[in-house]
Amino acid sequence: MAMATDVPKDGFRLSMLVYDTRYRSYTIQIVVLVLFAMAVAWLLNNTVQNLEARGKEFNFGFLWQRAGYDIGQQLVPYTNDDNHFRALLVGLANTLVVAFFGCIFATVLGVVVGVLRLSSNWLVGRLMTVYVEIFRNVPLLLWILLTYVILSEITPQPRDFRLTDEMAAAGEAPAASMMFFDSVAVTNRGTNIPAPLFERGLGSVELGGLSLNLTFLAIVAVVAGSVFVNRRILASARAMQEATGDRPATWWKSLLVLFAPVLVLLVAMGFHLEVPTLQGFNFQGGMLVAHPFTAMVVALSLYTAAFIAEIVRAGIQAISRGQSEAAFALGLRPGRTMNLIILPQALRVIIPPLISQYLNLTKNTSLGIAVSYLDLRGTLGGITLNQTGRELECMLLMMLIYLSISLSISAVMNMYNSSVQLKAR
Amino acid sequence: MDQHFARTDMLPPQAPPITERGAVKWLRENLFSTPFNIALTVFGAAVIYYLVSSSLPWWLNSVWNANSLGECRDIVTASAGEGATGACWAMIRQWWGAFIFGFYPPDLWWRPIIAFGLLFAALSPVLFSGQKRKLTALLAVVAAFLLLTLYLTSAPMPAFILLMVFIAGFAAVAQVQPGKLIWFTLIYPALCFWLLWGGSIWTPIVAMAGFGVLYVVFRLASPLIGLSPAAGAGVLAAVLWWLYLEAPVVSALQSVLPFGLQSINSDQFGGFLLAIVIGVTGISFSLPIGVLLALGRQSDMLIVKTLSVGFIEFVRGVPLITLLFTASLLLQYFLPPGTNFDIILRVIILVTFFAAAYLAEVIRGGLAALPRGQYEAADALGLDYWRAQRLIILPQALKISIPAIVSTFIGLFKDTTLVSFVGLMDPLRGVTQIVRADINWKGIYWEPYIFVGAIFFLICFGMSRYSMYLEQKLKTDHR
Repeated sequence: MAMATDVPKDGFRLSMLVYDTRYRSYTIQIVVLVLFAMAVAWLLNNTVQNLEARGKEFNFGFLWQRAGYDIGQQLVPYTNDDNHFRALLVGLANTLVVAFFGCIFATVLGVVVGVLRLSSNWLVGRLMTVYVEIFRNVPLLLWILLTYVILSEITPQPRDFRLTDEMAAAGEAPAASMMFFDSVAVTNRGTNIPAPLFERGLGSVELGGLSLNLTFLAIVAVVAGSVFVNRRILASARAMQEATGDRPATWWKSLLVLFAPVLVLLVAMGFHLEVPTLQGFNFQGGMLVAHPFTAMVVALSLYTAAFIAEIVRAGIQAISRGQSEAAFALGLRPGRTMNLIILPQALRVIIPPLISQYLNLTKNTSLGIAVSYLDLRGTLGGITLNQTGRELECMLLMMLIYLSISLSISAVMNMYNSSVQLKAR
Repeated sequence: MDQHFARTDMLPPQAPPITERGAVKWLRENLFSTPFNIALTVFGAAVIYYLVSSSLPWWLNSVWNANSLGECRDIVTASAGEGATGACWAMIRQWWGAFIFGFYPPDLWWRPIIAFGLLFAALSPVLFSGQKRKLTALLAVVAAFLLLTLYLTSAPMPAFILLMVFIAGFAAVAQVQPGKLIWFTLIYPALCFWLLWGGSIWTPIVAMAGFGVLYVVFRLASPLIGLSPAAGAGVLAAVLWWLYLEAPVVSALQSVLPFGLQSINSDQFGGFLLAIVIGVTGISFSLPIGVLLALGRQSDMLIVKTLSVGFIEFVRGVPLITLLFTASLLLQYFLPPGTNFDIILRVIILVTFFAAAYLAEVIRGGLAALPRGQYEAADALGLDYWRAQRLIILPQALKISIPAIVSTFIGLFKDTTLVSFVGLMDPLRGVTQIVRADINWKGIYWEPYIFVGAIFFLICFGMSRYSMYLEQKLKTDHR
């Protein structure tokens, strides 16, 4: 805060560095800078001395040594013969995939709960309040541990799914049964889900150590193209509406453009689901989702959804009642009122805290260590660190990676945020 | 003949139709107003029915007396029949000491209990400033709690009597001069440290004397060299006192007047004792640091601002776990060779910084929400920077941000469970893991998690309700 300054008197005295508001801020800044530099120098000096005393050096060469440990869940192909850097990449991919699914499920659940909390239905409103309060006020670690323990200790063994001849003869059912039309089996070894397979897939190409799945890329490209064409259709419809006042019917064009190309592509590539089946004492076919991953996604989404629900509720309540009344006075139907009046304003309130929830969720994936989920923290900051004894390098690298993930998420979301903000003229 | 067809007296009002009054109206409006609402009600009722029907027998068949999980199950089977499930709270009966105190020696449990009770006495002048009745009520509750728990844990008689005298004195001061109570709040940290960790009584006293040195130097020097240099000199003197004079003074005093409590190692701390120690210390130190960081971020001075922003963004960008690992693995690199200080203290420092960065952002929101006019008015009154902040800006900014500050505190308290990752015995992973590894209780999971979760819920929910109360109390606008 700048204060009104006196008329400068003659000459410069040393005490003016402290008492004259014109110079004081410089003095303070220089003192702070010197103190900071001294602290940094002290820390660096200590670090150098400590490294010397321990006979260690500071370099990242260990990343290219053989890792020698196995990772259960790998999105990037990896064997224990690969180096620590590749283990890091596997861990990073595991972190990101949990964060991705967690964010999606938490958003969906959070929005539903937040809206239901505001519903006029007394029973459902109370139920949702109880859910939100219970999940917000108990540590996340408890939800992760509890989910994991339930998944790995209550669920049946694969052999409980077996229907033996004697049981069939006696008319008994097996002790456990599969869910969702015999397609999903939850056992104490993991969750068996159907796997998407392609009879005539496009294969994959090797690109700098990473293999790119062309089938997947083709689907993404077609979906992106469809969305782009659909937006063009909507834009031309809007242009026609503004020019003539009549809006051409677009819903069937949109449906056709959005779904037909993907369906055609899937049929052309021979898409089918491979359902897991019980063979012998274990399930064959399909995909096995390990329990640490399921526990992380379930617990993270349930916990974060409670916070998102509160954000959504606060956002909707922040819109004054007059807004919806004005919309009704204009003759808008309730659905359009929500779409055109309430949501655009509520989103502006909702998005910033929502971003910080996504960031929290991403950072909370580091709790995966509690259920031995090998994410970035488990590989780089766990096994690699313990094997190589490079605490300083591993921790710094890990912090740097987490920091860049956080900063890029907030950068992307801030861009989105500024696009929905009110344009001040 | 006098004939008229107009009625001259009022009819008695008729009762509204059955659908428009009482329970039926409430049901129609709140549960069955539209088809969608009816579907929601059915859905909600189904969820409640499922939850209750699947867990009620388990709660009803609870077993409180058993020595192992197997015994529990036998009792449940014997009383409720084959295949019945039942909660086995007998585990809590056997292990509650570890859940609350960790491995703190049972004959010394009275020390953390007194520290916990006095925490509320120390908080009372802050929580209920100027409200004598609430203050007295709180003190009565604290005294009753201490009487009961100290009796149950068979505390030594002298401690018992001293404590009661102290509470009586505290209550008397609260009646006469409530303003003086803040002094107890100020010395409480040292007292609490001494009660929990034990050791010589002179350690906390000499450490607190450092603040006395600061004050004396400041008062003596300020007429000679001015306020800010005197403050700097005071801080310097206090730091020198702590670094070089404290240890010899303590040992000298201890040899003259040996008095102390049995000292307790940090690895004996555990359970909720550990969570509360870390949580309360973190909360009380992170608020001032957070305020300073927020002011630094709002400052006009480029270097101060850059450093604050850098610190805040770095700490907020990394998970707490990595900071805790820094405390356990990296501090040995950053400190002078041979330094080794307590792991709980290291964790507290890192947790405090972590919470401070979040608080700084919250408080910055409050500062930004203040109308520009408030700053200008403070300038116009001729207040200098610190007076303007203390008298005009911060009281309003902090008031606006109370809900967010308290939810940061709740987050901090929940995050104390993460200290289990650096080898400390938190109630959730540390103690529960030990219980679940016990041969008698192998395979138990609902009971310990429900017990720990319920205590966390009570504390966190209590904090959020207190923040609502505070918000209402401090509400001064007339909208």
